[in-house]
Amino acid sequence: MQNVQPEMPAMRPETPEDKARRKQERRENFWYSVRDNTPLVLFVIPGVIWMLFFFYIPVFANVVAFKDFQFNPNGFIASLQSSPWVGFNNFKFLFSSNAAWLITRNTVLYNLGFISLNLIISVFFAIVMSQLRNKRLTKVYQTSMLLPYFLSWVIISYFVYAFLSPSQGLLNSLLTGNGGKAISWYNAPKYWPFILLLVGTWKGIGYNSILYFASAMGIDPTLFEAAEIDGANKWQQIKNVTIPALVPLMTLMTILAIGNIFRADFGLFYQVPQNSGSLYNVTSVLDTYIYNGLTSTGDIGMSSAAALYQSLVGFVLLMISNFIVRRIDSDSALF
Amino acid sequence: MWHKKEISTVEIRSFGRGANVFFNILVALFAISCLLPLIFIIVISLSSEHSLVTNGYQFWPSQWSTAGYEYLSKMSGQLMNALGVTVLVTVLGTAINATFTSTYAYSISRSSFKYRRFFTIFCLITMLFTPGMVANYIVMTNLLQLKDTIWALILPMAVSPFNIIVMRTFFKRQVNESIIEAARIDGASEMRIFIQIVLPLAVPGIATISLFAALGYWNDWFNALLYIQNTHLVPLQYLLMQIQSNIEMLSQNATQGAQYASGLANIPKEATQMAMVVISVAPIALSYPFFQKYFVRGLTIGGVKE
Repeated sequence: MQNVQPEMPAMRPETPEDKARRKQERRENFWYSVRDNTPLVLFVIPGVIWMLFFFYIPVFANVVAFKDFQFNPNGFIASLQSSPWVGFNNFKFLFSSNAAWLITRNTVLYNLGFISLNLIISVFFAIVMSQLRNKRLTKVYQTSMLLPYFLSWVIISYFVYAFLSPSQGLLNSLLTGNGGKAISWYNAPKYWPFILLLVGTWKGIGYNSILYFASAMGIDPTLFEAAEIDGANKWQQIKNVTIPALVPLMTLMTILAIGNIFRADFGLFYQVPQNSGSLYNVTSVLDTYIYNGLTSTGDIGMSSAAALYQSLVGFVLLMISNFIVRRIDSDSALF
Repeated sequence: MWHKKEISTVEIRSFGRGANVFFNILVALFAISCLLPLIFIIVISLSSEHSLVTNGYQFWPSQWSTAGYEYLSKMSGQLMNALGVTVLVTVLGTAINATFTSTYAYSISRSSFKYRRFFTIFCLITMLFTPGMVANYIVMTNLLQLKDTIWALILPMAVSPFNIIVMRTFFKRQVNESIIEAARIDGASEMRIFIQIVLPLAVPGIATISLFAALGYWNDWFNALLYIQNTHLVPLQYLLMQIQSNIEMLSQNATQGAQYASGLANIPKEATQMAMVVISVAPIALSYPFFQKYFVRGLTIGGVKE
């Protein structure tokens, strides 16, 4: 074997011509790359513009949380310039009021309720549906259960109203028909935590259970055969085969939901109680508070402080939950 | 023979006969509870105003009537206008959303695209943080000055970063880079490659994101709540919302002819209101059993990350 020495290029000092040629080559390469990439850049441009106006600029517009913001008809820059800085005053006002604690508590507690109810009920239905003998009937069930998921909160609030309307609602008819007293539902805060949890969970069960169902149907049937041969009964099969197979998805869904625990479904909390003032103690969440501040009370400063508070805590929670997901199962992580 | 084998694998993970009946009833009860409110609303819309006023909402009214729908058909003006706005926004918005989302996703799915990483991260960042309602409102009204325009109903949902990421994965899996390379060597332009080669391969994915977009636009009332005051731009869902808080709007919206025809006093307000709900639900309720297939596929479409 002969050792082949690679021939070293002669090292000579770079002449000005070399430099010019290199520059020329680089320029040509640059233009080639631009020519090759232009159509694909054009493809992303609409999306980029949208993200600028609906994400990147609004993110910076969050500086209004540190200003006494006044709208100036001359446009955004003028508004920003004419509004004086107030430092953390908006946040001080927000956190010295009772509202901050109330809306944070409501948002987090309701979301914890939704997370646990959703998990238990949808996994239950998913497992049950995966074991039903008649597959066609199972499909019919799934189609029905998915209906509420596809409807808007306005429609759902009409549904709720049909049952809860103080004068014509079905529940009051039943109550008075049996000798009870009618309840003015939209002025009775004590029932609403239950109603909101019920309606919110009901709307999402179809979607979530289909998600788990798809996962349960993907389990290798030989596992069940093996369990059967080993003499496992149905419940033991579910406990030792089905549920362990669903655990990764359950973990992922729960952790992602915890990352969103600071975000409430505006439609559920605004539309379903019909924005009734006497229910605010139990229906006020971060999103409805921000909306009401923005529109009716007109206190943009405090509202924007609440919005920034929500976004920042939400961001931190998302980062933490993603970090945890990545530790458990890196394929399921968001990034 | 094959058929027989299939059944035997189904049996292995199925309940015994007794348990099967029990759980069937349980699931059926919940499934019915999902349909029941809609059926209830349909019944109310078909009840006579007299029975609604005297007996309240009932599953079996003392008197049936189609007066609500008749009144609705006589109403022109704002109802037809709202329906028109909703249809326009849904069609235009879905087209824009599907186009922008899939072109962006396609670009960042191409490994030969030099700025792929940059634009992927540019999109991913938008999913980590929410700018918040107030900031979006200020940019929309003060910077873009789009308050009270049709664009205020379309643009906020015109691109979906999450769907971009989902579609990127879909393109990567569905469209083989070597086909694109071959087409490029044959001299096809990027535009032509996208339209003639990539799009036909990506139909299931595009159908899914279009579906989500269409549902989102049809069901949207939030953007109208924030940005729309002009009565000519009110979409159906927002009109329903306004009627809910002020049922008298129904009589204000009636044309003169309709008012004389039925007499102001006995407008079937309750039934008409519910008839409007039925009409706004009908397109979804009638079509979703058919597109459910795409929807369920959409749940798993972005499941594989690369």
